[in-house]
Amino acid sequence: MIRRGFFSLLPAVVAVVLAMVVTGLVIALTGGSAGQFYSTILSVPIPRVSVTIVNQTAMIAISAFAAAIAFRMNLFNIGVEGQYIAGSCAGAFFAGSGLVAGPAVIPATLVVAVVAGAAWASIGGFLLVGRGVSEVISAIMLNYVALTMAGYLVNRYGVASGYTFTTNPLELNQQPVGFQVVDGPYQVWALAIIAVLVAIGYWVLINHTRFGFDLRASGASSTAAAASGVDAKKMTLIAMALSGGVAGLVWMPAFFGSVHKFGIPENFQSGLGFTGLAVALLGRNRSIGILVGSLLFAFLSAQSNDLQSVGVAPEIISITQGVVVLAVVVAYEIVRRLQIRREQESVARELASARPTAEEASR
Amino acid sequence: MSTTTTTPRSDSRIRTFQHAWLLLALVAVVTVALVRVVTGADQLTATGTLRAMILSACPILLAALGGLWAERAGVVNIGLEGQMLLGTWGAAFLAYHAGPYAGVLGAAAMGLLGALLHAVATVTFGVDHIVSGVAVNIIGLGAIGFLAKAYFNDLEGGGPRNLSGYQTLPRVTVPGVSDGAAWLADRHVFGISDVAALVAAATTGVSLLTVLVVVLVAASAYILWRTPFGLRLRSCGEAPEAAETLGVNVIRYKYVAVLVSGALAGLGGAYLTMVSSSSFTVGQTNGTGYIGLAAMIFGNWRPGGIVTASLMFGYTDGVSLLPSGGIVVHALLLLITLVLAALALWRLRQGNLRSALTIGVIAVAVLVWYLSTDSVPRAFVGMTPYVITLFVLAVASQRLRMPAADGKPYRKGQAG
Repeated sequence: MIRRGFFSLLPAVVAVVLAMVVTGLVIALTGGSAGQFYSTILSVPIPRVSVTIVNQTAMIAISAFAAAIAFRMNLFNIGVEGQYIAGSCAGAFFAGSGLVAGPAVIPATLVVAVVAGAAWASIGGFLLVGRGVSEVISAIMLNYVALTMAGYLVNRYGVASGYTFTTNPLELNQQPVGFQVVDGPYQVWALAIIAVLVAIGYWVLINHTRFGFDLRASGASSTAAAASGVDAKKMTLIAMALSGGVAGLVWMPAFFGSVHKFGIPENFQSGLGFTGLAVALLGRNRSIGILVGSLLFAFLSAQSNDLQSVGVAPEIISITQGVVVLAVVVAYEIVRRLQIRREQESVARELASARPTAEEASR
Repeated sequence: MSTTTTTPRSDSRIRTFQHAWLLLALVAVVTVALVRVVTGADQLTATGTLRAMILSACPILLAALGGLWAERAGVVNIGLEGQMLLGTWGAAFLAYHAGPYAGVLGAAAMGLLGALLHAVATVTFGVDHIVSGVAVNIIGLGAIGFLAKAYFNDLEGGGPRNLSGYQTLPRVTVPGVSDGAAWLADRHVFGISDVAALVAAATTGVSLLTVLVVVLVAASAYILWRTPFGLRLRSCGEAPEAAETLGVNVIRYKYVAVLVSGALAGLGGAYLTMVSSSSFTVGQTNGTGYIGLAAMIFGNWRPGGIVTASLMFGYTDGVSLLPSGGIVVHALLLLITLVLAALALWRLRQGNLRSALTIGVIAVAVLVWYLSTDSVPRAFVGMTPYVITLFVLAVASQRLRMPAADGKPYRKGQAG
């Protein structure tokens, strides 16, 4: 048991260390100072940055759980990006429309965001089930359509705000108060709590419900699942919708916490979908793994902003994150191959040692 | 015996096939000319519009060609976008310091580097192709953001995220043909002028890189379908285990294919920084790599289809940047209506009533849209390639055929 835990943790640690080394090498090779990079990234974050880290962790985690639901069904939902744009756009328009007054707008908006995200994901789900279109390919198209559509809708039906257009901002009594974790004007967003709820919900759903069992079974072997009475098509549709629904929530903490309106690109944070995907891979679709992975990615991103002052572009951290993903998948693959070989060897050994006893028995 | 009976039949079939292509091209020209006359939107086939089409189509075509090489060898390359981004930086860097030709090479080299990463992950370590591609895209964007700041910030004409002031490639004009075609295009003769405008656009002030694109497409089609090397490469994408039993070094072929794929994507990046514009900006590709992927799927993993799809997507993409874009696309709505109507009739003849009805309803909707408006919002123009690809996937996914072992992991020594 301990050995197994060790084996599932070691690749992740190796990957992170390797990624940091590679990034340092890249900086050193291009004439920068790797030492300054490490001291900046690995410094203790100041209070403002720690709050940013927690807030970003929440959004990345929601996105990663969205991807993980689909992964468990063996679906590759790279459409999380488009789905959370759809959810954010629909949610922000609804919240700004004034249909629901006062704080009641918060749960109503969340519902709208979930429905919009699920609906957008379902396009890919239906194309996959009904027409056999790979969900990866349709997601690439749908991501772009979502981005352009959201931009168009805001420009057409939004209000002017400086040089850009946004949705109507939230009223003051619709903005929830955040958690005062550190002194000063920095707060952890109230709706960051969504990440915790999603984490618990995911854990319960996947590990402790019949649905979760069917989902994992279909993901592991669709034929075996079908033989035991699981409707694979229905499961695919539900998994996509569920994944998209969670994806719809990704940006909601920021929306209610600090931005209060939606507009591309100034009043929106894009790219969280792909980050979430990377974190889901890093965390092996486990609740704890995803939370830790989200914290790591949020930490790296937030700390990288200070690189500006030492003359290194903060984008360098994307190299670190990309290498982490590649390295962790490669490492898990190597471990998997080693384990298979070891199992084969141990089976062979047991068979070899079992043979004399079998002969004894026959005697 | 059997050969004598099959040869003439297949010969005649090939001839009808070629005739069908000619006929189709003729129908297309007549239809487009008809739409131009009916809508009065002469910009639809103006030389300037078609030049914009060529400029936009070339990078898409290069990315699509890159995708073709990789996927024909069984490796899905979602990392095209990242490799293209690396190419934009490589082109700008070397063009600035060593001239435009070095820039082209630099772009290919940087694309190759991105592809090497993808090849090591997918071919050697058997990582899921999509995972690796997503990682390559993340790394590519991060890398050029970092490299731009490290190398361009202190240059004259440079900044933390951009660079200009380097030489671009020379342009060529075919004497005689160019002027003649332009003269003919201005006459607005039904059909003939439309074709003349295309000739004029393709022979006037064409960048050397555009010529290279044409050569690369022809060369790829020849190499992949007419040489033993190409046959072996494609066999790695269809049945790698079978190829292995015949002595093909599958791993090596996959590596070559992915590296060529990355180099082509890198060249696409060079096209963006040296032909489409004359400056470098971080994130210049703006999804061209993904459109290239869409063009490859739309083109059914075949060179001819890829060229058609790239020109189509290039047209909508190029038009969206023109001042007359809204009017042109508005006219295109009528063209789309006609195409959809033809498709619906064809489906009806096949006896597929439900499909015919669905397409017919969409055709009517597009027609209503055409009749009730004067111009199409710019945003809608930009997303046309994606919507068309989605539509084609939804309608014709059963007719598209990707390489049989595309995206599947392969390990040496697993063959039965």
